[in-house]
Amino acid sequence: MAAHLSYGRVNLNVLREAVRRELREFLDKCAGSKAIVWDEYLTGPFGLIAQYSLLKEHEVEKMFTLKGSRLPAADVKNIIFVVRPRLELMDIISENVLSEDRRGPARDFHILFVPRRSLLCEQRLKDLGVLGSFIHREEYSLDLIPFDGDLLSMESEGAFKECYLESDQTSLYHAAKGLMTLQALYGTIPQIFGKGECARQVANMMIRMKREFTGSQNSIFPVFDNLLLLDRNVDLLTPLATQLTYEGLIDEIYGIQNSYVKLPPEKFAPKKQGDGGKDLPTEAKKLQLNSAEELYAEIRDKNFNAVGSVLSKKAKVISAAFEERHNAKTVGEIKQFVSQLPHMQAARGSLANHTSIAELIKDVTTSEDFFDKLTVEQEFMSGIDTDKVNSYIEDCIAQKHPLIKVLRLVCLQSVCNSGLKQKVLDYYKREILQTYGYEHILTLYNLEKAGLLKPQTGGRNTYPTVRKTLRLWMDDVNEQNPTDISYVYSGYAPLSVRLAQLLSRPGWRSIEEVLRILPGPHFEERQPLPTGLQKKRQPGENRVTLIFFLGGVTFAEIAALRFLSQLEDGGTEYVIATTKLINGASWIESLMEKPF
Amino acid sequence: MNRTKGDEEEYWNSSKFKAFTFDDEDDELSQVVNSLRDFVDDDDADDDLERVSWSISWSIKETSSNSGSNHEREQLKNRNSFSSYAQLPKPASTYSLSSFFRGRTRPGSFQSLSDALSDTSAKSYAPELGRPKGEYRDYSNDWSPSDTVRRLRKGKVCSLERFRSLQDKLQLLEEAVSMHDGNVITAVLIFLKRTLSKEILFRELEVRQVALRHLIHFLKEIGDQKLLLDLFRFLDRTEELALTHYREHLNIQDPEKRKEFLKTCIGLPFSAEDSAHIQDHYTLLERQIIIEANDRHLESAGQTEIFRKHPRKASILNMPLVTTLFYSCFYHYTEAEGTFSSPVNLKKTFKIPEKQYVLTALAARAKLRAWHDVDALFTTKNWLGYTKKRAPIGFHRVVEILHKNSAPVQILQEYVNLVEDVDTKLNLATKFKCHDVVIDTCRDLKDRQQLLVYRSKVDKGSAEEEKIDAILNSSVSSCSLRLQQCQETVHRVGDVGTFADNCSPLIIVKPSG
Repeated sequence: MAAHLSYGRVNLNVLREAVRRELREFLDKCAGSKAIVWDEYLTGPFGLIAQYSLLKEHEVEKMFTLKGSRLPAADVKNIIFVVRPRLELMDIISENVLSEDRRGPARDFHILFVPRRSLLCEQRLKDLGVLGSFIHREEYSLDLIPFDGDLLSMESEGAFKECYLESDQTSLYHAAKGLMTLQALYGTIPQIFGKGECARQVANMMIRMKREFTGSQNSIFPVFDNLLLLDRNVDLLTPLATQLTYEGLIDEIYGIQNSYVKLPPEKFAPKKQGDGGKDLPTEAKKLQLNSAEELYAEIRDKNFNAVGSVLSKKAKVISAAFEERHNAKTVGEIKQFVSQLPHMQAARGSLANHTSIAELIKDVTTSEDFFDKLTVEQEFMSGIDTDKVNSYIEDCIAQKHPLIKVLRLVCLQSVCNSGLKQKVLDYYKREILQTYGYEHILTLYNLEKAGLLKPQTGGRNTYPTVRKTLRLWMDDVNEQNPTDISYVYSGYAPLSVRLAQLLSRPGWRSIEEVLRILPGPHFEERQPLPTGLQKKRQPGENRVTLIFFLGGVTFAEIAALRFLSQLEDGGTEYVIATTKLINGASWIESLMEKPF
Repeated sequence: MNRTKGDEEEYWNSSKFKAFTFDDEDDELSQVVNSLRDFVDDDDADDDLERVSWSISWSIKETSSNSGSNHEREQLKNRNSFSSYAQLPKPASTYSLSSFFRGRTRPGSFQSLSDALSDTSAKSYAPELGRPKGEYRDYSNDWSPSDTVRRLRKGKVCSLERFRSLQDKLQLLEEAVSMHDGNVITAVLIFLKRTLSKEILFRELEVRQVALRHLIHFLKEIGDQKLLLDLFRFLDRTEELALTHYREHLNIQDPEKRKEFLKTCIGLPFSAEDSAHIQDHYTLLERQIIIEANDRHLESAGQTEIFRKHPRKASILNMPLVTTLFYSCFYHYTEAEGTFSSPVNLKKTFKIPEKQYVLTALAARAKLRAWHDVDALFTTKNWLGYTKKRAPIGFHRVVEILHKNSAPVQILQEYVNLVEDVDTKLNLATKFKCHDVVIDTCRDLKDRQQLLVYRSKVDKGSAEEEKIDAILNSSVSSCSLRLQQCQETVHRVGDVGTFADNCSPLIIVKPSG
């Protein structure tokens, strides 16, 4: 069912099975038939670990999403609320419970907090007079959710804001807990590296937790050799740039949620002759995107410019395979052909889908505006004209392009200039407030606080030093057969991934100067292993590094890390964990102020 | 968790029974009950232990072992608590062995609570210093601050009421902070917020930054605006204070009330730049309220042509400045400067830059297809009375906007012709099918090739085709054209040659990797 999770160097199915078991145990605790009322945000992440069939096996008969007033009628014994610990949700739950109480036959109410119980929420339930109605109030520590064979995410949408704006450590605590869970399953990670304030804190928490829990020695042979903790604010630049890998572009244009994407249906209508365009589906086409799909696994991390040729090659192979049927003469040959048919049909379906998606993306990437935007981004990243008002950004504001797009570009310029000149910053601010509304002062303030959009202080632009030392801008980029990670942004090599690359070889000592420019401390910790568990590496055996992005990671960065993992002489394979899968738009959006 | 629902309800609903309480009542009975509850809870803790069967839970539930006998488990537990305590940086003097023994003299049934006690006996190192004598009668409930925090962290019921002295409370807070668990830190902060005076709370938090940040986040979450503002005032974080106050306007729906609220924001300690913006925000809403009332009246009266022809789709209230300007250019273009709704008045009041103003007015007038207004927008007279066309935004932008508003070709053509850069002009003319401009430009450029290409694009037998043919057939021009082309070709070849010559050494020098 989730075989793709075990394809990687580390079998993440073990983690998935563990969290599934915990879920089953909770469900069995509430004996009898049940209905689950979902916090809508959680259904996506839950879908990655348990299908409805699992819930059904444990007598879940109905499922609703959490909404105000009354619950829909359901003839069940138990009603289980599965929610994030958020105050506003408690208010809705209490409405549900109170109206249910008036309705008649008593039900058993339960509440499952994900990922943590919250005293604050329970207090709110108590204030609302419903806390006593719940028989089981428990937590479900779904900290890290396996997304793919090499990818884990906490899917905590507010993590960056909490960490870097509010300086609230809660999501860091969850990250540390998630790491403890991983170590319980995959062995103690002997070496921890980190860069950034939050990284330092997570490492501290882990060390402290380990000290507290060492009742029993962890006797599992370590799977991971290193852990690299990276603060998102060490590299604010990368998510702002437009991702140019296939998967990255799908995310930029349509948004991938919990590995699903919703696409405009027109391109996916089954082609029937004489239909004359009638009955076009109106509902968005929903596709799951992960490495379980062979073709997707092959093209997801390629630069979009290299996707077309792969697709057309595949098309030839598949149609040749179908042509084989004419050569099948004997019964045996026909039988063999027929046995391959399901696989071939699946491949053909997959090819058709991705051809359609590629066409949709191409419509965007070949547009004039996309080209103009990309040109400006690339100029900024290569250090051209970052210190004056940019006319393309001006035009975008004048034409009232989406605010997020404008903010993303202005922030990119600011980051590539170590802050903007006060005059330039004031100009942009004024234009934005007049065009999009004065209330965005609050958002601009948040961006400034997060270091994304700020005045240049100290009068020195340090970005060129960072760019040159880390070789962030590569002029000769090969998009078809890449030789460097910079292919994921057609020229720009993501800073975060460069740091990981340099850590594995030749080590951070070579870039001390740049590390001092980037915010936060860098450090190394060791977690001693008993001699029996120490690894004797075979010559040529790759190291496995778990890299944890605190504050989010983009698909393009993931692609770059996969590229490094696949290098023949790379020496390191990466498993990626993060608080949230992000892109520039979702990231900026998480920093925008909305009404309470 | 095998209590029945009835018990649970009774437990929570009875005011005497306190768990993690936030109320001010603090009588002895409730504490005793509370402590009994603690024992019961410990039973549950062991139930938890039994139920736990999979390997990762020990790290999550903080229980050390998941298999083996009770005996082993206790040993492990004890070792755990010892080992973790041994490493806590605490001055030894705060612990006393007496609390260890007190644990053994608890009233109640030892038989059934043995597990809980064995747990306690190892753990209950209560701080002795700074605790009032009277507290000793609370012997059945004397979890130390660290135990309390530990229990809170497990989500267990725990009374904080017994921590009365400031020192105890602060120790509790420090324990919580050192655990890094935001949930517990918040719980302790709620307790402190309730039991400490504001001044003391703020003073103590000022030197405890982590806790302070959690309190700020918590106050934001529960929307305790008043305390939050007090806190920022105390900390002298003036800009945050101002922004936090300003933020509240987002929650006020009624325009009049919102306006009044914005008025209170003027003069708050924003940065200089922001101060001006806040003032503008207030002024804008004030204007919008007046305009809205006026126009709603005009529209419903049905006497004004513009409102009859183009009914308003939405209210202008709370729209951005530029949108308001567009609205006023659309509905109130010709009004005198004296009225609030006139575009010129808006431009002056808010110091809207000329560029922005022209763009907006152009878009509004083009939408109404008021071409003479568009014309007037770009016509300037010099002192001799000659008229000249000038566009601060560049005529290429003018053309784009006109096209977006589906201006007729004649109008488009006029402005395409005003584009200075020839390449841009040709591009725009081609894009928007201004045939005459394309043909004339090609003719002026003597670009026969391009003209031929363009001929294939226009309709067969059209006037444009004829025009092109006329130009192409004019022998004189075609002759000179050919000559020119030849020269150009020679020129280009030469260019490429030298270019390649210059480049080749570079290419060779460049390292292959």
